[in-house]
Amino acid sequence: MSELASEPHRTIEAVWRIESARLIGGLVRIVRDVGLAEDLAQDALIAALEQWPESGVPRNPGAWLMSTARRRAIDHFRHHGMAEQKHEQLGREIDEGQQDSAEALVATMDDEIGDDLLRLLFIACHPVLSVEARVALTLRLLGGLTTTEIARAFLVPEPTIAQRIVRAKRTLAEARVPYEVPRGADRDARIMSVLGVIYLVFNEGYSATAGDDLMRPALCEDALRLGRILAGLAPDEAEVHGLVALMEIQASRSRARIGPDGSPVLLMDQDRARWDRLLIGRGLAALARAEKVGGSLGPYALQAAIAACHARAFRPDDTDWHRIVALYDALAELTPSPVVELNRAVAVSMADGPEAGLEIVDELTAEPALRSYHLLPAVRGDLLFKLGRLAEARGDFERAAFLTQNTRERKLLLDRAAKCA
Amino acid sequence: MRVMVMVKATAESEAGEMPKEQLLADMLAYNEQLVKAGIMLVGDGLRPSNTGKRIRFQGDKRTVIDGPFAETKELIAGFWVWQVRSMEEAVEWAKRCPNPMEGTSEIEIRPFFEAEDFGAEFTPELRAKEQRLRQEAAALSQ
Repeated sequence: MSELASEPHRTIEAVWRIESARLIGGLVRIVRDVGLAEDLAQDALIAALEQWPESGVPRNPGAWLMSTARRRAIDHFRHHGMAEQKHEQLGREIDEGQQDSAEALVATMDDEIGDDLLRLLFIACHPVLSVEARVALTLRLLGGLTTTEIARAFLVPEPTIAQRIVRAKRTLAEARVPYEVPRGADRDARIMSVLGVIYLVFNEGYSATAGDDLMRPALCEDALRLGRILAGLAPDEAEVHGLVALMEIQASRSRARIGPDGSPVLLMDQDRARWDRLLIGRGLAALARAEKVGGSLGPYALQAAIAACHARAFRPDDTDWHRIVALYDALAELTPSPVVELNRAVAVSMADGPEAGLEIVDELTAEPALRSYHLLPAVRGDLLFKLGRLAEARGDFERAAFLTQNTRERKLLLDRAAKCA
Repeated sequence: MRVMVMVKATAESEAGEMPKEQLLADMLAYNEQLVKAGIMLVGDGLRPSNTGKRIRFQGDKRTVIDGPFAETKELIAGFWVWQVRSMEEAVEWAKRCPNPMEGTSEIEIRPFFEAEDFGAEFTPELRAKEQRLRQEAAALSQ
């Protein structure tokens, strides 16, 4: 399905995007194999591509695709069933499964379908897979993206993604990953894996720059969509709402974070009038839901709460830095990391002055993990500059400029170094 | 892409006739689908135009006109804002909507402007100017 596809093909593409996850989820429930389920779904798609341009899009395209795929599944098992005993057993399951899916088709959005999607998401993000494989499989199975689209979005050759997906399906089959929504002690870790994958997709899109393929920024929308879907499927998980809140609020700034010349604009320098109030409103509502679920806030909800402090401030001066410091304190306790500590240092400097921030930053300079992290000298340079220690500030800005990979950022840092004369 | 999906008014909706219980239930189920699919950003229904006002601009002059307004089919009875991948996807979703009115009715889909749409016409100077204006608007709305 290329971009130049004809009108009916574009319609089928849109239907596929709406239906594919539910279709594959329902098929995995019947055949218990992600690879086979996807093949069957693809068969149904090909049948649609052949027939719909002639016959028109059926009234219930999801049901059409499901019954077509189910017929293919029965054919598949009849064909292979003689040869292998395993397939006989699967053949029985499919007969039982058929009833399930027939019922599931009656209501378009009942619990069963919700469970199918949730199980599929848990499988795609299973810890037995590499993180890259989880991302590719999630976008493919739940986002309805083609291999070509995923490859373009991640700036990776198409065969690499195709191979990644093939291997991932094989790994899942070999590991006999059960088709279930994890319960009990396992559940939290599994949910964190799903959230990690979604946030990674979001950040990949967020780091897109001007001139990049438009597939890249679209990843933000894909991630948000997956997050919103997950929030509907697992409404009792505070961190799901936390992640959605974080993504909505970060996405609200996307129009303001790149200047007219394509250079990044720092949060404090952004034109807040360009922030997307609709997404901010949604983000704050999602954060409220995370808080309402109860318990102490997790790392995503805490980051969302920090982002919300900025979102609530109409002007940079209105920012509640003391609250941000408190939230960073909680975050540092929950997920201690030098990067969180550096961010805390910035917040402390805004709340209590550059001297207080510099104290924390100076403790971090010995941290091996931050040795080549350009933001450490960038932050330190800024604090020294504010304290009037210009010669030291200059050295730090120059070091930061040397360490950054981003040419625009390097220019920004060298400009600041020049101002320290 | 973001689209606004508008349900056009009918003589019945303009007369203030409330939808029947079955339609309300169907609409609720449809809205739930939109939310669960992660595409609905916001949506609501609007009261008939006899509760509305229009402000007519003629040069410096402002005239306030009371509803109801005559051109029923051009009026809006409700709207959604959706985040979708393509216009085709929006059309597919809209086709799944239960008929929002008792008789014949229409839904109109319009894509939002994106910054890229302005292309070269939207120079850095113009952007800066627009930014200033938005800033002032934000300052006023505090």
